[in-house]
Amino acid sequence: MAIDYQTLRFEYRRHADQETGAQTPFAQVHPVVVVGAGPVGLSAAIDLAQRGVSVVLVDDDDGLSTGSRAICFSKRSLDIFDRLGCAEAMVEKGVRWHVGKVFLKDELLYSFDLLPESGHRRPAFINLQQYYVEGFLIERAQRLPNLQIRWKNKVVGIEQRDKTPDEQASVALTIETPDGEYVLRARYVVAADGSRSAMRRLLDLESKGRTFKDRFLIADIKMEADFPPERWFWFDPPFHPNQSVLLHRQPDNVWRIDFQLGWNVDPVLEKTPERVISRVRALLGPDAKFEIEWVSVYTFSCSRMDSFRHGNVLFAGDAAHGVSPFGARGANGGLQDADNVAWKLAMVLAGRAPDSLLDTYAREREYAADENILNSTRSTDFITPKTPVSRVFRDAVLTLARRHPFARRLVNSGRLSVPAVLYRSTLNTPDRDPFEGEMTPGASCVDAPVACDGTDDWLLAHIGGSFNVLLFTAADRISPDEQAAIERVRSRGVPVDIVVVALRETSDSGARLTADAAAMGGHVLRDMQGLAAQRYDGKPGTMYLVRPDQHVCARWRHARPDDLEAALNRALGVDGTA
Amino acid sequence: MALNTNPNLTRPDDFYEALIDMHRNLTDEQSQSANAQLILLLANHIGDQATLAEAIRIAREEVLGAPPNDALPPTA
Repeated sequence: MAIDYQTLRFEYRRHADQETGAQTPFAQVHPVVVVGAGPVGLSAAIDLAQRGVSVVLVDDDDGLSTGSRAICFSKRSLDIFDRLGCAEAMVEKGVRWHVGKVFLKDELLYSFDLLPESGHRRPAFINLQQYYVEGFLIERAQRLPNLQIRWKNKVVGIEQRDKTPDEQASVALTIETPDGEYVLRARYVVAADGSRSAMRRLLDLESKGRTFKDRFLIADIKMEADFPPERWFWFDPPFHPNQSVLLHRQPDNVWRIDFQLGWNVDPVLEKTPERVISRVRALLGPDAKFEIEWVSVYTFSCSRMDSFRHGNVLFAGDAAHGVSPFGARGANGGLQDADNVAWKLAMVLAGRAPDSLLDTYAREREYAADENILNSTRSTDFITPKTPVSRVFRDAVLTLARRHPFARRLVNSGRLSVPAVLYRSTLNTPDRDPFEGEMTPGASCVDAPVACDGTDDWLLAHIGGSFNVLLFTAADRISPDEQAAIERVRSRGVPVDIVVVALRETSDSGARLTADAAAMGGHVLRDMQGLAAQRYDGKPGTMYLVRPDQHVCARWRHARPDDLEAALNRALGVDGTA
Repeated sequence: MALNTNPNLTRPDDFYEALIDMHRNLTDEQSQSANAQLILLLANHIGDQATLAEAIRIAREEVLGAPPNDALPPTA
């Protein structure tokens, strides 16, 4: 029988940490506490646990997301979920889509395809209710013995403790439970407790930005309908004049409809069933049969914290930054925060990188948040023009877009989430050699079909457990120079996994190449379709160093013996330049 | 590509007449829409962002009263 994730409740259990009482300063110091069991907190906790870090995840509630909330999960998020071992269930349950259509009144202006090329394991987007995403993440989390989730554990106090001669810097959280308060201590805390973050408030910090004077009604309705699995966006439709409407399909015959309401409406009145039903009937027709699943009225706002790091507390997801929803940049951006912070915490806690590596989490993700906020603000300015002249230009664009292709490129109903390219990260080693394509230092790796031991497989399935060296070769052996560079970086003491990509032109059976790779703890993938070579501009001898979050940090046409080691040091922030 | 503010129109008086004529019998609202569409069409034709940004800067500064640092062509 299918699990009803919306009504699922998790049991509060008393933990040994609570026996020491609220007063003791000598409680056990956990490596990491994650606050907030939403998609971001769960992902961060699973990632850390998979990397061998013991994690305590606390949440003030005992259930999953109320209502569908975040519904669009991007390809990059699915790639991250693959690494966390739970994408398959999500893709199976989710509605795949890649086509968006934009209408003016009842006329189709244009449509776009978000994944025009094949050869990717995951689709451009799936729509899946947030409670399913959280449910699947929890099922994964429950299989990790070093990940403990504590429900009904609410953070009500926080104290950052500086480093002393006897102790590392740490954080003491006061936790309120049904059994009273206790102190939970951790070296580091990941605060992923949402847009109304208690952690942020307790530290007297703000997420600053703009609120737009517009309101939107979200209605999730359940119905049998034959709209295709596409994103449909209307400007000024006949059934909802002068405003915009978005229609999206979710699993279980649930449909998300966003109605723009304008500023001068009563949000309480608009949530009443009579109001919602009449708006939905205007769209679907007077005889439409449907049930209302969930309704919410929200206001656009874009904001972020000045810094995502405060002492040993690292903010992630909506706690750190907020965007308006047209663009699916909230949850997807937050998942990239989790992806970024987990490996860095693991490296610092293992003593393999200095604490300052965590500053790069803040800088990289602040940059990404700015990019998301910029895109989201631009969409909002188009959907909700702020001045009469802005409205004139918006309508002029829409008018021109009917017949003139150039104007379609200006129509902005949301620029959908793509991963930020961390171009200026201090962890990148700038290119010395010329390269074509998208896989520049700072980019997250794209997928490609490969063969592994004669079986069809995907490139991304082989990278991201640790640092990876990706070596493209057409030879039947790994050359002495390549071996020297790889051996040298491996001797550094930080796990680096070797992935050899045998180019399509390789005629050799590969037995010796496989043996060479195996001698360095690596394995060989075959680029049967030539797509890995194309997407990575991989030529014989091309080498990439990839971070544990699947981001390129360095690449060479022919690496010198000390190149890999220097780039690894840089990516760990240990060479003094970070 | 720098913004060309030297005379460049092949038939300036004809252009000006056509521009004014574009608004013939239009309501204020229609005129505003026509102006906006014209700007968008021309902007796309120019294409280059730096050139467009230069034009946008000059237009705004002329409205706000820019410091007269670069000589504008004298009006006849």
